Amino acid sequence: MVRMRASGEQAEGVAISDAVAVERTLAGEREAYRVLVERHSQYVYRLAYRMTGNKEDAEEVVQEAFLRAYQKLQQFAGNANFGTWVYRIAANYAIDRLRQRKSEDSRREQPKRIAEGEPESDPLSEVKDAAPSPERLAGSAQLAAKMKQALDTLTPAERTAIVMRHWDGCGIEEIAAVLKSNTSAAKNTVFRAVQKLRAALQPFAEPRGAARAVGTES
Amino acid sequence: MKHASPDELFAYREGDAKGREAMAAHLKECGECREELARLEEVFAALDALPVPDAGEDYGARVWRQIAPRLPEPRASWWQTFFTTQRLALAGAMAALVVAAFYFGRVTKPVPSAGTEAASAGSVRERVLVVAVGEHLGKSEMVLVELSNATPAENGKKLINISAEQRRAESLVEENRLYRQTAMEGGDNAMASTLDELERVLMDVANSPAEVTPAQFESIQKRIAERGILLKVRVVRQELRTAETGRKSQPAQTDSTTRERNKI
Repeated sequence: MVRMRASGEQAEGVAISDAVAVERTLAGEREAYRVLVERHSQYVYRLAYRMTGNKEDAEEVVQEAFLRAYQKLQQFAGNANFGTWVYRIAANYAIDRLRQRKSEDSRREQPKRIAEGEPESDPLSEVKDAAPSPERLAGSAQLAAKMKQALDTLTPAERTAIVMRHWDGCGIEEIAAVLKSNTSAAKNTVFRAVQKLRAALQPFAEPRGAARAVGTES
Repeated sequence: MKHASPDELFAYREGDAKGREAMAAHLKECGECREELARLEEVFAALDALPVPDAGEDYGARVWRQIAPRLPEPRASWWQTFFTTQRLALAGAMAALVVAAFYFGRVTKPVPSAGTEAASAGSVRERVLVVAVGEHLGKSEMVLVELSNATPAENGKKLINISAEQRRAESLVEENRLYRQTAMEGGDNAMASTLDELERVLMDVANSPAEVTPAQFESIQKRIAERGILLKVRVVRQELRTAETGRKSQPAQTDSTTRERNKI
């Protein structure tokens, strides 16, 4: 996995490994946990931001992940990587938050739909329908905004899967563990996420004429 | 020419080895599929273009400042945890029972020799532990049975709330660790091994999200079933009951039960 850094790599000062910091924390040395927090906060934040899509939620996920990790530190198997472990706790918490948010959103939206007698639509077609013309989406800022909007239409599991797979280079087994599914289902979830994103960007991301694929010759 | 399907193109892009050469050959020939692959690449390029706001150099220190006041007191080691108020009360009650049993024995039975007294004390300790472990296994079995017997797709629910089972599993994990350590120190490897497996399953439940989809729920059930932990827990409970019955009819028994279990 690309995101994991060597456990000796350090936030300022104290050059102790993750394993030693965990051991000292368990022995009651609270400051040792500070080393782990300072060392791993940045990339847990990146994961959290990509999963939640906003800074406030991301910061909450980071704090909650480290609090939970502290509470469960005795359950942490010493042979695993602390970074991987706290990353997984953060992913689990973020996916719970996303689900909670989705269900709150749908509760808010449902009465309106029923009142207006609108048929239930799938998120994918919503993205397609709401898509502005290619002219309007000319710049990269618009592309980013469009992608952000498309990411919001993914289910929590799909979003988690694409974030872990694409940005953090996680293996399918690790994604499956966070999604609590088997590897084949996790693979499908990544694929579904990509397909939805692709469909959402379709009007914008037209292929360039002479695109050349990997493994092909000119 | 038959074009590659989206999932075949995606698998190719993901680096899947299956049919890789054939796909590469097809892509050389087929412009449409190359364009499809290029569209796929556009998605990943667009993802890469999404910025993540810089949290700042001092972000780690800020997180620490925010969470430090909320951190619970450092957890004591297992033996310190054992002597919490509630457990001390329980231990006191057990000690009172042991003392009462001791005096009752003194007045109803002839005075035993010194060797027999030592054996009896060991036997009482083991009996107390057997009862406690038996209760713990009973509680764990109940959680696992509830999870195993539930029907996830009931009433068309999209999410299943397992927070109650999760909390129970969380508290059982801690107890389980104590008993496992005790079993290991006492040389009861078979018991330690079963408790070790039970701990993994309990942790699995404790670390699951509070709400799971029916598919995730089925996956938890599958993991419980695959490990055969329910059967193992039942077997050990039965052994403990048998051992307890045996002790009642044979008070000064030694640690033969442990040796028997280790043979399995």
